[in-house]
Amino acid sequence: MAHAAAGNAFDIGELAGMYVYDQIDRTIVAERVAQYRDQLRRFQAGTLSEDEFRPLRLQNGLYIQKHAPMLRVAIPYGLLSSTQLRMLATIARKYDRGYAHFTTRQNIQYNWPRLEDTGDILADLASVEMHAIQTSGNCVRNITSDEFAGIAPDEILDPRPMAEILRQWSTFHPEFAFLPRKFKIAVSAAAEDRAATAFHDIGLYLEKDAAGGIRVRVLVGGGMGRTPIVGVVIRQDLPWEHTLTYVEAILRVYNRHGRRDNMYKARIKILVKALGPDEFARQVEEEWVHLKDGAGLLTREEYDRVAAYFVAPVHATLPSVDAAHEARLADDVPFRRWAGRAVRPHRVPGYRAVVLSLKPTGVPPGDVTADQMNRIADWAERFGFGELRVSHEQNVILPDVRLSDLHELWQEARAHGLATANQGLLTDIICCPGGDFCSLANAKSIPIAEAVQRRFDDLDYLHDIGEINLNISGCMNSCGHHHAGHIGILGVDKDGAEWYQVSIGGADGSSAGRGRSAIGKVIGPSFAADAMPEVIARLIETYLELRADGERFIDVVERTGIAPFKTRVYATPVAAVQRAEEAVDV
Amino acid sequence: MSEIILRDRVVADTWQIHRPEAGTSPAVPAGHVLVPLAIWLGQADVIASRSDVGVWIAPHEDPATLRDSLDRLPVVAVDFPKFTDGRGYSIGHLLRTRYGYRGELRAIGDVLPDQLDYLRRVGFDAYAVRADKDIRDALRLLTTFSEPYQNSWEPPLPAFRRVARGQVTEVPR
Ligand code: HEM
Ligand code: SF4
Repeated sequence: MAHAAAGNAFDIGELAGMYVYDQIDRTIVAERVAQYRDQLRRFQAGTLSEDEFRPLRLQNGLYIQKHAPMLRVAIPYGLLSSTQLRMLATIARKYDRGYAHFTTRQNIQYNWPRLEDTGDILADLASVEMHAIQTSGNCVRNITSDEFAGIAPDEILDPRPMAEILRQWSTFHPEFAFLPRKFKIAVSAAAEDRAATAFHDIGLYLEKDAAGGIRVRVLVGGGMGRTPIVGVVIRQDLPWEHTLTYVEAILRVYNRHGRRDNMYKARIKILVKALGPDEFARQVEEEWVHLKDGAGLLTREEYDRVAAYFVAPVHATLPSVDAAHEARLADDVPFRRWAGRAVRPHRVPGYRAVVLSLKPTGVPPGDVTADQMNRIADWAERFGFGELRVSHEQNVILPDVRLSDLHELWQEARAHGLATANQGLLTDIICCPGGDFCSLANAKSIPIAEAVQRRFDDLDYLHDIGEINLNISGCMNSCGHHHAGHIGILGVDKDGAEWYQVSIGGADGSSAGRGRSAIGKVIGPSFAADAMPEVIARLIETYLELRADGERFIDVVERTGIAPFKTRVYATPVAAVQRAEEAVDV
Repeated sequence: MSEIILRDRVVADTWQIHRPEAGTSPAVPAGHVLVPLAIWLGQADVIASRSDVGVWIAPHEDPATLRDSLDRLPVVAVDFPKFTDGRGYSIGHLLRTRYGYRGELRAIGDVLPDQLDYLRRVGFDAYAVRADKDIRDALRLLTTFSEPYQNSWEPPLPAFRRVARGQVTEVPR
């Protein structure tokens, strides 16, 4: 029953560089909208109970939160067109309060939709080839990847074709819709890992062998949550055409043997730990033998078909240095400062990628208004090819800006609150919605982010501190990636009061932490909310005193361990606020 | 008599599901009956003469243990103690694709209409829809997605081997 795709008006010509739905994709998304509407109708009529509807709506990204439902929409591997972003803005206006929130998993969330509108929202999304499929629930979630895919100079190959192939494979996979727990897959294919790949249930690194063939390094069992673990390699050199069958084998072993008795021990990382990586790998290989040359074997034709969509748009031939741009950099200090943080390298001469910070002081990290979304969509067209990216750091990227356009873009961005020059710095905080929105929270996280931003509002000081990741989660679920923060803050609950535990030395695999993937170490007892800016200040002062030439915060922690930081932070009571007796279990 | 969906029709269910209490006699009741895996494995030789005995398997049990019995079994049922327990999907898939079972494969337990499309695709062809649900209304959910991406039991080929991808046949409104 092929429903008419809801008013699809995409022009493929405008969209060089992005996957475009064919009849199959359209039909699946349209059938999903019809299925969801029917489920919602039965729920409202009382023939689907709350318990029966919950897993169904979660697989459509719909949570019931503190204030209202929350709808999470997938931005597969972080790639968006300007048309899609405009629709996200329209949805924010039409069904929500005029803003939305970019998450750490390349999704976007609406905090205030009405349940009865959710079917219409999905239909509007379908009209621009978007959906909320499997953005929550115990199934394979949105596939995430490198936000600089296709433009980064250090790229080995473009990870997006494989990410799209995996997106399709995992969408409504009949066998893996009711896994023990959620399942996250990331794909990375550059020298720098920008996708926190080692913190995923499956992490795939695409590499090239000596003959130029694509090989896959397969990690399993990474994750955050209350048992943070860095994934382990279970397979090297897997030929690319076996990717789907290998992932299928992993999922079948997990689906059959992962724990289902305790939600906190249900992730694949617990199974891998219990069996040991070698035994787990053995079971996967044993399963895979039956699948490896079967129908799931990828074909060159299919890979090439998908890859063709991601072929770079035609860039102009530009000089690699733009004299006018150089002059503006020299003359205009605020512009220079912004460019120093926001502008990233591009493989085509004369072009740059621009990271728009969604972290100005006082705005919840990752929040963006409908008006800003529309502006960004306009810029993506004026200063690029109508395409943009979202990052797991909760920022937005314009991937193809000419050097000669940077100044104009900056001026416009400034007029719309999108030119904060803090990318990669202390105030570019990764932060979950926390107690302000989330019913699972132990503590608020957004006000902590804001308090730290206010304390460190001196840009010179921020730049002097340099590259650092500060990540905040409102509870052990770790949505704010605190375990992987160079500084991590975790909200904990003590007798009904909100406290914060601090860890240092985590790293997400990116070059900010010199490529390491590591779990932060807790420095000691927790603090009350109003102590947090001072605690961070003491950590930073300790670093500045200890640092040698060119050392970043994370380097010093690596060299000295946590001891000097701990000593300094606890030397005197912080802001006369008493400390909680002991750290909550880690 | 209760009803089930067999393939794409609602029919009367002729099978009893035998769920003996722990510690009770392993005797197999008369009539069409599905017995627990353990009873089957313990008495396969005795029961084998009866054509009215099938088996049901719990999600933690290994379908490989049935491998040698499959050609003698008219019905294999897989129990879903909770509809969110997805192990039965892998068990069904293995029975069909790996162990070659071709008889009736039935989902029992907490079987809800919204699971039918997935159950069908991994290899089930009979569905004991939970009694409080409208089994006739459930029929229309048997095929929710008309052109799935992946191979499973049904369809055996993924979209990229089954149809020409990359086309748009329908005129956008
Ligand atoms: C407000 C509604 C939200 C709820 C109810 C929620 C719930 C959860 C839960 C229960 C977990 C832990 C699952 C587990 O460890 O098995 C989790 C993990 C996670 N969530 Fe959320 N979350 C929410 C919002 C967000 C947001 C806004 C983001 C991004 C900013 C996000 C990103 C993540 C990430 C990255 C993880 C860690 C994944 C891992 O353990 O490997 N979530 N979330
Ligand atoms: S970390 Fe906890 S508080 Fe924050 S969004 Fe996730 S579940 Fe909610």
